[in-house]
Amino acid sequence: MKLIEVQRVLDAEVVAGIEWMDKEVLTVCAADLMSEVLAFAQENTLLLTGLTNLQVVRTAEMIDLVGVVFVRGKRPCPELINLAAMKNIPLLVTPHSLYESCGRLYQNDLKSCEEIGDIR
Amino acid sequence: MSGGQEITLEFELKAAIFDVAGEASSKTKRVLQQIGIRADVIRRIAISAYEGEINTIIHSCGGVMRVVIFCDHTEISFEDQGPGIVDINLAMQEGYSTASDEVREMGFGAGMGLPNMARCTDKFDIQSEVGVGTKIKMVVFH
Repeated sequence: MKLIEVQRVLDAEVVAGIEWMDKEVLTVCAADLMSEVLAFAQENTLLLTGLTNLQVVRTAEMIDLVGVVFVRGKRPCPELINLAAMKNIPLLVTPHSLYESCGRLYQNDLKSCEEIGDIR
Repeated sequence: MSGGQEITLEFELKAAIFDVAGEASSKTKRVLQQIGIRADVIRRIAISAYEGEINTIIHSCGGVMRVVIFCDHTEISFEDQGPGIVDINLAMQEGYSTASDEVREMGFGAGMGLPNMARCTDKFDIQSEVGVGTKIKMVVFH
């Protein structure tokens, strides 16, 4: 599923990286613990989170997340948006809760990123 | 890179300066991309460097991150000026953390940093002395 479809399914607003909406999302990770994201996210993973601090963008950058969706209408600060724009990381804001957002994406055939186990 | 030349990157990490946490790992990742290291290898180096950088900023009194890129492997090391880890075996357990609420609110301090670093690297060595400091050395083969 492309990010543009994620935007439609989640009634989301794009706050950074509108030019990257044709990126393909393969799996989804929903977490507020960035270490869990670092441990389990795979290539082309979309992150759904309630956290809106700079470390979310840093984490996204480190493991090449396809984008970040902030749930429950939480808008990130301009500093975070600027950093994401600089790093080419698309950011979306959905009015829906984390649970509702996950449910909608799952219904549209997007599955969870599985535990990698041994990354090597 | 060819002919046995290596690239050395060194970053000073200041205690509790969270705004720039991740910058050193970000620069490291860019260099690895520029010299054409494989994406899956870069990913493992980036994760271990980033977890180490965050750990140093969260837990230590300040330290240094050093990355040396050889043609067939990369070494990532951290050396801080204390306070040191009381029980390394406990610190290596997933879920164990001594991080503050402020750090947890940032999405870290879940007790997964050191295990993540060990999982992503081919060699992982940690030495710590209370009152002196902690040294971590990791190797990732390309």
